[in-house]
Amino acid sequence: MKTILRTLAVLALFAGANPATAADRTIRLASTTSTENSGLFSHLLPAFEARTGIRIHVIAVGTGQAIRLAKRGDADVLLVHHKPSEERFVREGFGVRRHDVMYNDFVLIGPAGDPAGIRGGKDVTAAFRKIANAKATFVSRGDDSGTHKKERGLWRAAQVDIKAVGSRWYRETGSGMGAALNTASGLSAYVLSDRATWIAFRNKGALDLLVEGDKRLFNQYGVILVNPRKHPHVKAKDGNAFIAWLTSADGQKTIAAFKVKGLQLFFPNAK
Amino acid sequence: MTVVANAFGEALRLLISFDAELMSIVALSLQVSLGALLIAAVIGLPFGAALALYEFPGRRSITVFLNALMGLPPVVVGLFVYLALSRAGPFGFLELLFTPTAMVIAQTILITPIIAALTRQLVEDLWREYGEQLRSLGSGAGRAIPTLLWDARYALVTVLLAGLGRAMAEVGAVMIVGGNIAGFTRVMTTSIALETSKGNLSLALGLGIVLMLLALIVNAAAHLVRETATRQLG
Amino acid sequence: MSTLNSILPLRLEHVSYAVRGRTLIDAIGTTFQAGARTIILGPNGAGKSLLLRLCHGLLTPTDGRVVWGGPFAKEARKRQAMVFQRPVMLRRTAAANIDYALALRGFSGNDRKTRLSEALRNTGLSELANQPARVLSGGEQQRLALARAWSLEPEVLFLDEPTANLDPAASRAVERIIGAIHASGTKIIMTTHDLGQARRLADEVLFLHGGRLVERSPAETFFEKPRTDTADAFMRGELYW
Repeated sequence: MKTILRTLAVLALFAGANPATAADRTIRLASTTSTENSGLFSHLLPAFEARTGIRIHVIAVGTGQAIRLAKRGDADVLLVHHKPSEERFVREGFGVRRHDVMYNDFVLIGPAGDPAGIRGGKDVTAAFRKIANAKATFVSRGDDSGTHKKERGLWRAAQVDIKAVGSRWYRETGSGMGAALNTASGLSAYVLSDRATWIAFRNKGALDLLVEGDKRLFNQYGVILVNPRKHPHVKAKDGNAFIAWLTSADGQKTIAAFKVKGLQLFFPNAK
Repeated sequence: MTVVANAFGEALRLLISFDAELMSIVALSLQVSLGALLIAAVIGLPFGAALALYEFPGRRSITVFLNALMGLPPVVVGLFVYLALSRAGPFGFLELLFTPTAMVIAQTILITPIIAALTRQLVEDLWREYGEQLRSLGSGAGRAIPTLLWDARYALVTVLLAGLGRAMAEVGAVMIVGGNIAGFTRVMTTSIALETSKGNLSLALGLGIVLMLLALIVNAAAHLVRETATRQLG
Repeated sequence: MSTLNSILPLRLEHVSYAVRGRTLIDAIGTTFQAGARTIILGPNGAGKSLLLRLCHGLLTPTDGRVVWGGPFAKEARKRQAMVFQRPVMLRRTAAANIDYALALRGFSGNDRKTRLSEALRNTGLSELANQPARVLSGGEQQRLALARAWSLEPEVLFLDEPTANLDPAASRAVERIIGAIHASGTKIIMTTHDLGQARRLADEVLFLHGGRLVERSPAETFFEKPRTDTADAFMRGELYW
């Protein structure tokens, strides 16, 4: 029996063998789908690897899931965009220290026809209230992500009890930003998105950017090393190298240089 | 519908240009799913045959349960393997999470019941045909396992193809345990999911067409093997 | 290698076989000795096939015992063979099917090769040795089944209506082979529906009806003047079940 198990394990390892893994220095970064979908990592990480020889494996999931992943020790570094959750992560001892990295903003997207009449508005909570009153279809990510948490916060600020409205016009898809945008496009619905994903998104259909610029739509990204005292296997040295570079002048410049369709998507603001 | 039309264009473009990223994604998909198929066959074929040939209490319950496992949702398998391989889980020390090995493990769990259940049915039918003669010749149930598996080899090719198809088509398990890491654990199905979430629908569908072509080639090859062999050996 | 009388006589002691409350074989007691070709006759449902399987060990009696005698009684299992109404061949060549049986019995090396080629030759199948067994005709497959059994040099060969599905020419070929196998020292116990065949082959007849052994007589007696009315009715074609 033991020989059988051992043979099977060898077979599995062989089947999964990848020459690249053995010798390289790699660290695991838990981040969000919106960051991944924008294309930032394809631009940012090769620069870091060229400089340091450290390869970064990105696991892109929703913010909530990324944080849980990091709590379990399945990642070395965490890069998400929900400050309260990040600070709690550090407070509870799962992370060493939180660093500001960059920011962008959220934008309110909706059907070109705009049945709730919010286009051009400067007050995002007023826009949310109009959508609720018009019972216009709204797609929520519903996945405990940074975007989702931001959205819930805005409903609260608009004094709409979003939990009580039922699902006739408020649709929780439980999915990433791209999938939610696809759904919104298909339903001609309103949806809150981060600007980066929106600009890079290729299936806009009849959706338009309707509301932007409100200070409450500010979206801050933070990076944290998973605490090696809680998880001794964490690659602290290489993880810190990444964080150091990200917040250094060189890393910040690389972030600023990332453009999609000529537009800068992320604005560095490390201290 | 333009998306669909464009998709064929995308598929063609990808294939003709021998896009390097695509090639490595295809290679990984085959590596993972074929690897899973190999292990699943090693476990499932004899297990299914034994289940057909040996009588023991609880045999019927196991058979029913095994058949039910054919419908295991890939995402559930993925979640289960993730929890097992996570650092916070029992096998975290193996450091297998988010590697192709984890994907092989998950897909193996997914398709072994299919292989075992279908083999069981085949061998049971064969035993009904051969049982008396084999017992007359002195073969017990155990000795009959390799004999019947070999005799059913052509039908078993179809069984293996069913398992491979299931593995290559699933996205839920490999997404969760692999993490869809670019250049490392990204396979065809997770690429399609990613491109879809980026709104690149034509590209996503194009990748889907490439995947289907792959499946077609594999099945055609297996069909040819069966045809020539059947002609030669009845 | 075969020696007469090493697992025979085969004694049936009060053998019964019942399934789900229905008695299909009812307290049959008799003894089979070496030498004579024994044919088992009887109408449909009489239990002929069941009796063969009980003797051969494919079924276990629900009452009574099947007892092999002789000095090698303990190895009785390995010194018998059976040919069924439908030949059962593996998806391999004709020769490979015989080879499989020989390997199963533990023969190896030159002994195995010789047995294989002789079995093929004695049944006229040498030319078809490398054909897939399953593409052979019904008659050829049945001859192959006989070749396979013969290669093992069994002391007892059970046959369950071996020519039921064959045309007259193929049937005769099979009968000739059975005769040859008998001549080489194997005890033949066979069932058949074909009375002509029974007349040609039988040295003695066991007549079953309703799961019971009704009559057992030497062949001439049974065919000229059966001792029981049931057997008599059967021979006249007036026994319907």
